[in-house]
Amino acid sequence: MPTRTILGNRGLQLEQPLIFEQDSPGMSGVDLPEPDAVQDRLGGLGRKESIGLPGLSEPQVVRHYMRLSQKNYAIDSGVYPLGSCTMKHNPRLNEKMARLPGLSDLHPMQPVSTVQGALELMNLLGHWLKVLTGMPAVALSPAAGAHGELCGLMAVRAALEDRGNARKIVLVPDSAHGTNPASAALCGYDVRSIPANDRGRVDLAALKAALNEDVACFMLTNPNTCGLFEDEILEIAEAVHAAGAFFYCDGANFNAIVGRVRPGDLGIDCMHINLHKTFSTPHGGGGPGSGPTVFSEALASFVPVPYVVDKGDRFDLVEEESQSNQKPFGRMKGFHGQFGVFVRALSYMLSMGSDGLRQASADAVLNANYIAARLNDLLTQSYDGPCMHEVLFDDRFLKDTGVSTLDFAKAMIDDGVHPMTMYFPLVVHGALLMEPTETESKQALDQFVELIRGLAERAQGGNEQYFKEAPRMTPRRRLDETAAARKPILRWVPEAS
Amino acid sequence: MRYLPLSDADRLEMLAAAGASSIDDLFKDVPASVLLDGPVDLPKAAGEMAVERTIGALAGKNLGTSSAPSFLGAGAYAHHVPSAVDHLIQRGEYLTSYTPYQPEISQGTLQYLFEFQTQVALLTGMEVANASLYDGATAAAEAMLMAARITKRGKAVLSGGLHPHYRDVAVNQARFMDFQVVCADPDPLAREDLTALIDAETACVVVQNPGFFGQVRDLSALAEACHEAGALLVVAVAEVVSLGAVTPPGAMGADIVVGEGQSLGNGLSYGGPYLGLMACRQKFLRQMPGRLAGQTVDVEGRRGWVLTLSTREQHIRREKATSNICTNSGLCALAFTMHLTMLGEAGFTRLARLNHAAAVKLADRLGALSGVEVASDTFFNEFALKLSKPAAQVVDDLAAKGILGGVPVSRFYPNEAALENLLLVAATELTTDDQADAFEAALKEVL
Repeated sequence: MPTRTILGNRGLQLEQPLIFEQDSPGMSGVDLPEPDAVQDRLGGLGRKESIGLPGLSEPQVVRHYMRLSQKNYAIDSGVYPLGSCTMKHNPRLNEKMARLPGLSDLHPMQPVSTVQGALELMNLLGHWLKVLTGMPAVALSPAAGAHGELCGLMAVRAALEDRGNARKIVLVPDSAHGTNPASAALCGYDVRSIPANDRGRVDLAALKAALNEDVACFMLTNPNTCGLFEDEILEIAEAVHAAGAFFYCDGANFNAIVGRVRPGDLGIDCMHINLHKTFSTPHGGGGPGSGPTVFSEALASFVPVPYVVDKGDRFDLVEEESQSNQKPFGRMKGFHGQFGVFVRALSYMLSMGSDGLRQASADAVLNANYIAARLNDLLTQSYDGPCMHEVLFDDRFLKDTGVSTLDFAKAMIDDGVHPMTMYFPLVVHGALLMEPTETESKQALDQFVELIRGLAERAQGGNEQYFKEAPRMTPRRRLDETAAARKPILRWVPEAS
Repeated sequence: MRYLPLSDADRLEMLAAAGASSIDDLFKDVPASVLLDGPVDLPKAAGEMAVERTIGALAGKNLGTSSAPSFLGAGAYAHHVPSAVDHLIQRGEYLTSYTPYQPEISQGTLQYLFEFQTQVALLTGMEVANASLYDGATAAAEAMLMAARITKRGKAVLSGGLHPHYRDVAVNQARFMDFQVVCADPDPLAREDLTALIDAETACVVVQNPGFFGQVRDLSALAEACHEAGALLVVAVAEVVSLGAVTPPGAMGADIVVGEGQSLGNGLSYGGPYLGLMACRQKFLRQMPGRLAGQTVDVEGRRGWVLTLSTREQHIRREKATSNICTNSGLCALAFTMHLTMLGEAGFTRLARLNHAAAVKLADRLGALSGVEVASDTFFNEFALKLSKPAAQVVDDLAAKGILGGVPVSRFYPNEAALENLLLVAATELTTDDQADAFEAALKEVL
């Protein structure tokens, strides 16, 4: 029997050429009027060569993106248990609010008298973030989590310079996200790694031994990337501060504790918050995000421009360092931050309320522990005890099966579920990090558990080939990433005629 | 709570399965002294109707550009976005997916990123482009660091025609890395001689075209001067629609091109989220930050796409990565590529000509008023006016009349008396004759 259909389609999975391969020269999907004839003012620099963009009509364009969309998995499709990514439901109310006239059509450089509602909204979002974290100051402008990390570290460096010594080193645990050391390097710091102890937490003795007058900051993710709360965090904060250093918290996992623990009470000096994780704004296939960063009293005066000031009868926007009565370290981004993401996050916060957020973190933790409990007889959980919002397994359960963590993940895809985070954190072998989030029903979790158990049994039952060949049912099967990197093809080029 | 699917019965059953008697058991690793015993002091949960009222009331306190004649630019431009774009980007498969780390079930995202990269490379006249950065300002700073890695030099020269936010972000980034930045004075008349500032330590010159004050410049001689000195030319494009009418940076010798992509597909949204564009020569590819979608084949030999060259990135290289960027502007890039695909070559170049014609007509009208002089001898869709009095006051007076009459340069340069009377005015395909009439009449009154 032929294995391929005539067109290569598989039922509803439709092959779709590149837009450049659908070119009908001169065609446009947008009807625009003919411009008035004017004497151009381009100073002789008018475009001389054509660009090479393809021409398509509107129906062709709509069909193109419709078909491409059907090749993507999404949180709207099903469980998306990517550890440390917090793939929770994205409410559509948020989308509606961000598109309201009066918000979506505001220009960033309008007179502030005409955007008082926008500044009030930013101030309100900042208020929620400050209350939820127990921190007195916030910078809204960072564009994403890693940008927020950089913001925090820049404030740290500015504060240390203000004291007379910027110091040299940032300490980062082994289990940290790669963005942490990369951000530290962008801030001019050398990075030193702190090992984990056998309980998956920071080795406090090792940290204390590494702390000295050259250390500017300790960066910690809490709950950490093993899905565990750093139970010695108060001692950690004390040790860091005793060395005259600052304590940064990577807030990627804030969803586990929001409404239950305030980072400010843990002795943290700054923390970024991924609005696209904890506060439900969509990941959009890789962005846009938003990474507001909260600060302790010690760092509050170094918050970058721009920031909103509540003057009682009006809101002001401080945009230039020279207008500030504080000591802002500078500017990180054009204009005022990811305003459209702010609107979505505030829409979610108002919807959930203080009570709903508290319930959400409880349910997120419960869901992860439920998965752990249902799987840990068959899989190998890396650390004992309750986890927070995500559970970490390693690949001991696949020992001698010939099946790798990657193979296991690819087999999950054939069963219609997006894999968990793999091979991260680096502190355990062949990591499988599962974060279900609070927006999964028990039924969805039971199905997920059934799938994982079934695959684990299949792997242990000697079905190696099933895993090596997975996935089979997807728009594309395993892709040759080595070839892609060896000879990169990063754009379409017309075939030589 | 409508977003939480667990029932109380589910919770009890699941707690029991987890061997916990209450949720507190699962939080036992949190020191008791810091565990809150009830909700924080913020409002309680609310339904859709209540949230719509609250946020609707905030929106109602603003004057949106769609309900007033608006001539604002300075790096963010109001354009008409075809209806299909916003409908399509809200498909859940685009909106609610993550970074395409599992290529077998992310081919949709990967293919549009490959198409996006191709479009950006074509527009800028460069060989390769990445899958987007945060915005134009951060992209310019990334380009500066990229040039430093390539040339192994420690200094950048920034044009006085560079958007002040781009300059500020670059200066701020540089100061944390002991990297030297030389900023030319603000240059409303495009008279600066940047070649005089290039020396043996210069990694790059960063220049904007069209400039912040509007001018369109031939950068070929500057490119030559850079290359002779072993430096790179970085060109920033703050209004991407200009590339439909103006000679692209790649044709003038640019080595790295960055840009703000907001104008295509993305609304103003009070300054974000937008998308940073970055393109470069092929030989600099491995020093480029940001994600890249690349073509390959699957085990059945079928063409497909993957994220590639990730050994440049932070999740592999950590502190040695080309950048700390992780999340980029995926959905904004999707809106961009959809809008550009809708337009095509014919539509995009016509759009650019419409913008230029609208600006030329407006400049001629306003320049004829007494107390108004057009300061930009060349421009695309935005120009600087020299007024007979401080522009900030004029803008406030115009706003009181319901007109958003441009951006006073003093908002970016509060302490430069020489720039106090300069007003940046933009016109796009959205600018109607009626709006231009209203602007002209109001400006006459307030001057």
